[in-house]
Amino acid sequence: MSTVVTDTHSAHDAHDHHDHKPTGIKRWLFTTNHKDIGTMYLWFSFIMFLVGGSMALMIRAELFQPGMQIVDPHFFNQMTTMHGVIMVFGAVMPAFVGLANWMIPLMIGAPDMALPRMNNWSFWILPFAFMIMLSSFFMPGGAPAFGWTFYAPLSTTYSTDSTALFVFSMHIMGMSSIMGAINVIVTIMNMRAPGMTYMKMPLFVWTWFITAFLLIAVMPVLAGVVTMVLTDKYFGTHFFDAAGGGDPVLFQHLFWFFGHPEVYIMILPSFGIVSAIIPAFARKPLFGYASMVYATASIAGLSFLVWAHHMFTTGMPTFASLFFMYMTMLIAVPTGVKVFNWVTTMWRGAMTFETPMLFAIAFVVLFTIGGLSGIMLAITPVDYQYHDTYFVVAHFHYVLVSGAVFSIMAAAYYWLPKWSGVMYDDFLSKLHFWCSLISVNILFFPMHFVGLAGMPRRIPDYALQFADINAIVSVGGFLFGFSQLIFLAVVIKAAMKKGEPAPAKPWEGAEGLEWTVPSPAPYHTFDVPPQVK
Amino acid sequence: MSTEQNNPQKYYVPDQSIWPLVGSVALGLIAFGAAHFTIEYSNEQAGFGHWVLLAGLVVLCIMLVGWFGDQIRESRAGLYNAQLGRSYRQGMLWFIFSEVMFFLAFFGALFYARMIAVPWLGGAGNNEMTNQILWDGFQAIWPLTTTPGGTETQAMGWFGLPLINTIILVISSVTLHFAHVGLEEGKRKKLMNWLFVTIALGLIFLGLQMYEYVHAYRDLGLTLQSGIYGNTFFLLTGFHGLHVTLGAILLIVMFFRCKAGHFNKDDQFAFEASAWYWHFVDVVWICLFVFVYIL
Repeated sequence: MSTVVTDTHSAHDAHDHHDHKPTGIKRWLFTTNHKDIGTMYLWFSFIMFLVGGSMALMIRAELFQPGMQIVDPHFFNQMTTMHGVIMVFGAVMPAFVGLANWMIPLMIGAPDMALPRMNNWSFWILPFAFMIMLSSFFMPGGAPAFGWTFYAPLSTTYSTDSTALFVFSMHIMGMSSIMGAINVIVTIMNMRAPGMTYMKMPLFVWTWFITAFLLIAVMPVLAGVVTMVLTDKYFGTHFFDAAGGGDPVLFQHLFWFFGHPEVYIMILPSFGIVSAIIPAFARKPLFGYASMVYATASIAGLSFLVWAHHMFTTGMPTFASLFFMYMTMLIAVPTGVKVFNWVTTMWRGAMTFETPMLFAIAFVVLFTIGGLSGIMLAITPVDYQYHDTYFVVAHFHYVLVSGAVFSIMAAAYYWLPKWSGVMYDDFLSKLHFWCSLISVNILFFPMHFVGLAGMPRRIPDYALQFADINAIVSVGGFLFGFSQLIFLAVVIKAAMKKGEPAPAKPWEGAEGLEWTVPSPAPYHTFDVPPQVK
Repeated sequence: MSTEQNNPQKYYVPDQSIWPLVGSVALGLIAFGAAHFTIEYSNEQAGFGHWVLLAGLVVLCIMLVGWFGDQIRESRAGLYNAQLGRSYRQGMLWFIFSEVMFFLAFFGALFYARMIAVPWLGGAGNNEMTNQILWDGFQAIWPLTTTPGGTETQAMGWFGLPLINTIILVISSVTLHFAHVGLEEGKRKKLMNWLFVTIALGLIFLGLQMYEYVHAYRDLGLTLQSGIYGNTFFLLTGFHGLHVTLGAILLIVMFFRCKAGHFNKDDQFAFEASAWYWHFVDVVWICLFVFVYIL
């Protein structure tokens, strides 16, 4: 719909189109509507979540018992690699971009994202990128098997031919992320409704603003490092090969310079989501709004100075290890500020426990567990013991699954009435929550113990003393995986408009511009910017 | 409603467009084709990769012409306003920032190799045994003319062609600024002449750069395979050359748009963006000249 056309004919045209959705497949293929694009991102992310999740189940099935039962080691490595790649780049990141697309224009009172056509481009690149990535399974030698971190020389000297597919699909995924991030930043800088000053923006907008900056800063570095892997493998360069004057450690430095900000890209928007939900159901304004903003910015800034804590055992000068250890521990300070603020927001609040709130509280508790194990890992001498064990796997799954994924679930339940116009099925959603909460802890908590006892990650077999705990973990894994089908049922039910009609503001304590428009949100909102006081 | 529609403060949200999807198909074909072409090239086998890559490039060209054509038509029809102009400008600046970070990855590799990797291989720090046992007799010098593995090459000096190229590119930034001043002052002739000079300088730069590559391969034995010195040299200058090529194409398009009477003092985003891009590749070159050639 063309909203500023000046000649009468087009104005009439635009008037006719008002709130008429384009129909059929073309609506989705050619759309410039932030809500449609957000919906597509979210569905894409959920499909990838199931694909990546089934790979995780394959891993857990093999690890149910010691010895080799189901898959061969090479295929096991392909599973760990593709599980990581798909969950990071296909599930978590697109889910956040989908939420950004849906909610940022509604939260700042904008008619759409600033660059709507580029917005559609960033989405539609993703299905092609992942088709290419998954097509690598059909190559001779199978899909990439070097871990999602693709360390050289595993990805150069010792990899199969599918590496080129991995590299080029990473390239176009990166383009998609950079375009999405530019769009978010420009939208926030330029499309805020009159009166919506920076320090009045909802925290979800703030956290995404900072996340987008991180994306633009580090995705090009990822593009650079995959390019070097490509030329090392296929064109005779020696970036990561000592015989030519290069160094495999250089790979790790470049990769983690991307990789560490990347993990904050996957958690900062979660902070924004939780900071929206907890005040709504505690019926109190967020405690320490300004400190939340500054804490987010400090976490983002520090994220560029901590990358080598992934490399303590690789071999670095002691002063470098110490520098990265202290910098890493420093991140606990702004993160602690955040957790403190969430807890304080709940303190003496008039709390109710709807499903979004349940997920948000679970996030605060479980993310903190993941954060504390992060501090343990940050201690250089201790990390020599933990490095490359299941303790690390437990740590990052606590922050990514019960952290990032739980916050995405919380966001989905919180805004589903706004998206679909109906309330979700309360019983099923609570069932989903309790199944997920219990199973995620059965799945990941025991991993700490086998990790501390020395069970290495990424190995398809293990010593007999780890058998019992691995069996428990695998049971938890299957329970968690199948629990997500309840979520699928809830979403399909809401998408089919089965449920009680939702009012414009279904949550009593919710604040923000998104609750001033009807539910479901009309196809076009805020054609005329609202005045924010 | 119609008064709202006429409000100049309202944002232009475009109608549906086919081009983003076409662009995604193009990128998908390019990535798939380039990957298979790379595999087939390194295995010296025949295959379909280059055809898919070519098809992707053709679709990409169609997309660029179609999408930018739409943009130009809408802009000429006066559908855009100042707010959209700001969005475009900010978008371009963030895009250039992402390009800076891309080059930073390669500069990072260069600095790491020079300051850390090569000295360590030569026995610096506590790496004496690395040198003696693994790479006995290896001397850590930069430019790395003999790799630990024994590949030999000659270094590319900074005097002569690289210096001339630096001067050319710096001058082209200045002439582009003159062209922009001409646009601001509404002096078409000044604009066209200086823009023409800028494009010519850019093309001369590219020609000399190609000549330099031939010189490196034929006379110096400096190739992409000559260890970390040749790797960083060719990837940094190569990616820079690609960016100059893109910048030159942008300026050529701007030349023909100026010729068609597009742009004025208040409506010149495409020209500005192309100019920023050109200044950016100029700055990258200066960093290259200092860190790759001189030091």
